[in-house]
Amino acid sequence: MEERRQIVGQSPPRKEGAAKVTGRAQYVDDLTLPGMWYGATVRSTIPRGRIVSIAFDPAIPWHEFTIVSAADIPGENTIIHLTRDQPCLASTRVNHAAEPILLLAHPNRSALPAAVAAVQITYEELPAVFTIEDSESQKEIIWGEGETANIFKTFLLQKNQQPIPEEVWQVADFIVEGEYRTGAQEQLYIENNGVIAEYSAEDGVIVRGSMQCPYYVVEALEHVFNLPAEKCRVIQTETGGAFGGKEDFPSVIGSHAALLAMKSGHPVKLCYDRAEDMAATTKRHPSRTRIRTAVSRDGKLLAGEIDFVIDGGAYVTLSPVVLSRGTIHAPGPYNWPYLTVHAKAIATNIPPHGAFRGFGAPQSIFAIERHMDKIARTIGLTPEELRRRNFLSTGDYTATGQLLSDRVDLDRLLTRALKESNYEAKRAQFAKENPHSPIKRGIGLASFFHGAGFTGSGERRLASVVTIELTPTGQPRILVSSTEFGQGTNTILCQIAAETLHLPYDDVLIARPDTALVPNSGPTVASRTAMVVGKLVERAAQKLLDTLIHSGHLPESFTAEDFRRAAMLYLAQHGELRVTIEYEPATKIFWDDERFSGDAYPAYAWAVYVAEVAVDTASYTAQVTNFHAVQEVGRVLNPTLATGQIEGGIAQAIGYALYEKCLWQNGTLANNQMTNYIIPTSADVPPMHVFFEETPSPHGAFGAKGIGELPIDGPAPAILNAIEQATGIAFNQVPLLPEDIYERMTDESAQTDAVVLSPAEAAV
Amino acid sequence: MRSNAAQYDLIAPGTLEAVLEILAHSPGRYTPIAGGTELMVALGAGHLEPRKLISLWGLDELRFIETAPNAVVIGAGSTFTDIRRHTLLAREFPLLAEAASWTGGIANQNRGTLGGNIVNASPAADSPPALLVYEALVTLISARGERTIPYRDFHLGYKKTVLAPDEILHRITLLRNMQGYKQYIRKVGTRNAQAISKTALAAIARANQGIIEDIRIAAASLREIPTRLPATEHALIGNLITPETIAAARAALIAESKPIDDIRSTARYRASVAANLLEEFLLTL
Amino acid sequence: MNITFTINGEEKTVEAPPMKRLLDVLREDLHLSGTKEGCGEGECGACAVIVNGDLVNSCLIPVLQVEGTQITTIEGLAIDQRLHPIQQCFLEEGGAQCGICTPGMILATHHLLQKYPRPTLLQIQEGLSGNLCRCTGYSRIFEAVKTAANVTPVP
Repeated sequence: MEERRQIVGQSPPRKEGAAKVTGRAQYVDDLTLPGMWYGATVRSTIPRGRIVSIAFDPAIPWHEFTIVSAADIPGENTIIHLTRDQPCLASTRVNHAAEPILLLAHPNRSALPAAVAAVQITYEELPAVFTIEDSESQKEIIWGEGETANIFKTFLLQKNQQPIPEEVWQVADFIVEGEYRTGAQEQLYIENNGVIAEYSAEDGVIVRGSMQCPYYVVEALEHVFNLPAEKCRVIQTETGGAFGGKEDFPSVIGSHAALLAMKSGHPVKLCYDRAEDMAATTKRHPSRTRIRTAVSRDGKLLAGEIDFVIDGGAYVTLSPVVLSRGTIHAPGPYNWPYLTVHAKAIATNIPPHGAFRGFGAPQSIFAIERHMDKIARTIGLTPEELRRRNFLSTGDYTATGQLLSDRVDLDRLLTRALKESNYEAKRAQFAKENPHSPIKRGIGLASFFHGAGFTGSGERRLASVVTIELTPTGQPRILVSSTEFGQGTNTILCQIAAETLHLPYDDVLIARPDTALVPNSGPTVASRTAMVVGKLVERAAQKLLDTLIHSGHLPESFTAEDFRRAAMLYLAQHGELRVTIEYEPATKIFWDDERFSGDAYPAYAWAVYVAEVAVDTASYTAQVTNFHAVQEVGRVLNPTLATGQIEGGIAQAIGYALYEKCLWQNGTLANNQMTNYIIPTSADVPPMHVFFEETPSPHGAFGAKGIGELPIDGPAPAILNAIEQATGIAFNQVPLLPEDIYERMTDESAQTDAVVLSPAEAAV
Repeated sequence: MRSNAAQYDLIAPGTLEAVLEILAHSPGRYTPIAGGTELMVALGAGHLEPRKLISLWGLDELRFIETAPNAVVIGAGSTFTDIRRHTLLAREFPLLAEAASWTGGIANQNRGTLGGNIVNASPAADSPPALLVYEALVTLISARGERTIPYRDFHLGYKKTVLAPDEILHRITLLRNMQGYKQYIRKVGTRNAQAISKTALAAIARANQGIIEDIRIAAASLREIPTRLPATEHALIGNLITPETIAAARAALIAESKPIDDIRSTARYRASVAANLLEEFLLTL
Repeated sequence: MNITFTINGEEKTVEAPPMKRLLDVLREDLHLSGTKEGCGEGECGACAVIVNGDLVNSCLIPVLQVEGTQITTIEGLAIDQRLHPIQQCFLEEGGAQCGICTPGMILATHHLLQKYPRPTLLQIQEGLSGNLCRCTGYSRIFEAVKTAANVTPVP
C-alpha cells in the first residue's frame, strides 16, 4: 500500500527558488528582444489644467524618435478598470501631476532622458484640490457633477438595513467619538514597473512584463487597440514584488509600450526608474474615519456610526472596490446591535491611488482598533477585556448580516496572544518603569479579520478557470493566470496538486502565465489564490487522477513511476489529457450589492497582534521592539512561506505606521527617492513571533483561507495603542513620525482627546 | 538612469602629482571624484553638471592612516571602512569611528571617503561634528604647495568651502590630546541604519568635581554649515553642572541654531532634539 | 575606452565610456543580468557586487575605477553548478520571496560571513542594513544567514 505523501503542510523549497538565489531568474529588464527599442513617458508637471501647446526643442534629432500621442490610439483613449474616466494619454486636460501625455521611443536608451526634457508643454493652470476636506467642500469640482461632484462612489452599510434609533444614544452610558487618519503609502516593490511590448498587424499585441493580473492587461489592450482578446497576448515575467502596485497599473504601462511598438514597428521596452515609478504610479488610498459609538457601562457596544472616507486621487481606478472592502472591515470583529457605515471615495488632483495589500482594510481597521482602546480608556476597562465582551463568535452575524457558521474563536486567539507576548506582566512593568526612564515603553494590541476572495458575488462573476494537463513526458502541469511575485503561488499550487495526485512535489510543473496558454483563473489579489484558485487546482487534479484511474492504466494505489507510465499510455491512446474546472462556491453565498448586505466573503482569517514599542524622549523616535502575531488561517499550506508572508506584512505595516510618509508639494511627490521615502531596514525590524491556528474552511484547498493581506491590517493600530501606553498621548494618525510625537509631547496646552458626553449632551 | 554616460569624461592620471598638475593647468575644468557615492547619485538622477571628472580613487598618496606620537593623520582618500578598522583611531577618536559607522550601509562605507564627506560640504554630513570637536586640521594641496588650516575655517557658507579650483583636500590631522575628556556623539536620523541625519551632536568635555573645565560641542543640520556651538560652550565653561546651567545651555543652543524645515524634518524638531542630546551628555558628566 | 578587469575569475575587456556605471557594464556589456537596479542611488543594495573583496554598490561606481580589479557577481558564487551554501540556505529557509533583492542580499551575506564567520544578530542586522527587502520583513533572511554561518567552516 503506497504511503500517502504529505506535502501540504510542509515547506518544500519554492519552485523558482534556485533561479532566484543564483541570479538566473529573468525579470523584464533582464530581457532583450531582437530589434528592441526603448520607451519613455512625457508627463504633466502641473496638477490640473488645460494643455495649451506642445513644442519640440530642435536641438533633439526628433526624426530618430517615435512619438505617440492620444491621436495615435486606434481604439478608446481609456484605461479600463471599472469606468472610462482615466485616459490612456492626456490630450486636452490633465488632472494630476505626472499624468502621461506623450510617449517616446528610440533605439538608444540613453538618448531618452534628454528628449523627454526637450518636450516643452505649456498649460493653462486650474485650481487643484489636494485634501479630503477641500474635495468635500466642492469649492472646485474636479470630477463628476451634481450628485457625484468629486465623489467616485458611496456605500451605505446598515446592519439589518436599520438606521440607529435615537433612544440608543439617549440611554447609552457612554458615547465615545473619535477621528482617525491614515496617509498614502507607496508599495515600493524593489523591481520597478516595466514591460516589453510587440505589435504586428496580423498577430496583434504581445506584452510581457512585471504584473499581477495578465488578463486585466488583456482587457485594457482590447479597449485601447480595438482588438479582440485573442489578439492581445500578455505574459507575466518574473516579478520583483507587487503588493497591489502591479494589479491595476500594468494596464497603463502595458498600453503605453504597446502603442510605441505599434507606431515604431519595433518591440519596445518601457521600464521606469525609481523616481518615475514613485511619482507616477498608484499608492494606498489615504483615509479619514470618524466613529461615534454608544457603549454600556459594562462595556457592551450598543451602536456604532462610522463615517469612512478615502481619497482616490484623480481617477476612479479601483476606488469603489477599495471602499467596499474598507467598509466591510470597518466594524471590526465585533458584535454590533446597530451599525451604520457611511462610506465615500472622493477625488483629488493627486496621481490616482490604487491597490495596495489590505485594500481599504488597513485604513478602516486602524480606526476601529484605535477607537476600541479609546472606549476602553473612557469606560475604565482594559483593552483586552473590552474586546472580549464584544467579539464575534461562531453563530453570530456580522454587520452585513453574514452568519458565521465556520468556527470563530477570537477569545482563544486573544488569550494565546496575551500569553505568548507576556502582555499583562509587561504592561505592568512598563507602567512602573516609565516615570523614571527616558525611554518610555508600551505594549498594545489589535484584533481584526480579513475576508478572503472577492466580495459577495465577485468570485461567481470572475468565474475562474483552472486547467491541468499532462505534458508530452507525462508530467502534470498546472495552467493558471495566478502569478508568482514572492508570495509563493507557484509553490503552493504545486503542493496542492502533488498532494492530490499522490506525486512528489518535484514532479509537478506550473506554466508561466501566458494568456495564449493559460485560462483566466482571476487576478492574483484579494488573498484568493490559496483559497479560491487552490481549490480549483485541487478539484482539477482530482479529476485528472480519476480520469487516469478510470482509463484502466493506473491502479488505485500507485507509485510515481506508475503514474508516469499510465500518463504516457493515456497520451499514446488519446493524444492529450487536459482537465478544466470552473469555479463553484462550496456553500451558497448570498450578497446584495444594492443593500450592501449578506455574505461579504466566503471565509475570514482572524487575528490578534501585540506590539511592544519604545519611545525615546530625547529623539521622540518610536521603535517597535517586539512583535507577536497570532492568527487563525484555515490551513497552513507551507509553513515557511506562510510565516514569511506574515513577517513581510508586519514589516510593511511598521513602515505604514512609523516611517513611510508621502510628501506632495503642489500635487507632485517631493520624496520620490529611496533616500527620502523611508522603509525599514534590517536594523529597524523587531523580533517577530508568528503563531498559526487552523480551523479548516470548506472553501479552500485542504481547508486553506487567505493570508496575503491579513498581516498588514493589524500592526499599525497595535503600535499606536502601545505608544499610547508608553507616552500617555493618544495619537490617531499614521504615519506617526518623530516630529509629530515631538509636537504633542512638548505641547503643554494640548487638549485631551476623550469626549465623554452624558446621555443628555449626546442627544442629537 | 537619466544621464548619458557617453557625454561625460573621466580621467585617472594615476598619481597625485599628475592630478595636481592637471588641476593647475585647467583649474575648474575637472571635478574630482573619489568614491563616487555622492556624484554618481547625481549622475543617475540626471543632475551631474560637471562633464569632466578626474578620479582620486585608488591613489595611495591619499589613502593612508598614519600614527605619530602626537597626532593621527588620515588621508582624504581613506574610506569609512578604513577608519572603522583602524584600531588606534577607533580607540582614541571614537566619535569619528562612530560617525563612519553611520554613513550609509557597509557597501557605501567601503567606497565613501572622509575627504569626499568633508568637501561635499553638506551641513548634514556625518563626520564633520566629530572633526570639529576634535579640532581637526585639514591640509589642502595643489601644484603650488600645501596649506594647513583648522577644519573649523574650512566651510564658508552653504556648500561653499575655501578650496581653490586647483586644490584638493590631502589629509586630516587629529591631535592626540583627548586624555581626560569624556566623549559623546549621537545622530538622529530617519531610521536606525542608512539614514540621512536630521540632526547630530558631538561633544567632548573635561569636568572636575562637577565643574566643566572645557567643553566642545558641534552639530549637524543646525546651521547652513557643520558648526561648533560657541555660545553654548560659553554658557557651560567654568560652571557647575546644575539644572539651571543645563537649562541655560539648552537655551543658548536653541538661540544659536538656525535649522530649516525641509522634506526630512522641521526646524523646531532639530533644535529641540539637539538640545536634548546636549542634556543627555551633560547628565553623564 | 578599453577597461580590463577580472570578473568571476575570468579576465574581460570592455569598451565603454569611463563614466558608465559598473552596473550597466555588467548588465549590458557583459550580459550578466543577475545584478539588479532597484533605485540607482545606492540605497537599496540590489546592485551590490564584490570588488577586491569589498561589498560595493555597482550603481555608484564609474567603470574606469574598476580597472585591474577582481569582481564577483552573483553569477560567480555557485561552484560548478552546485549552489553555494549561502544560496542553499536562502532557498531552504525562505530567504528569497520575489527574489529581486536576493543577489545583492546573498553577496552582502557572503561579505558579512567573511568578516564575522559566527555573526551575532546585531552584526547580521548591521551587515545587511544596506540591502532593502520589501517582501520578507528580514526574519527569514536572518535565519538563512544564521544557518549559513553554521555550515561555513571558521578559517
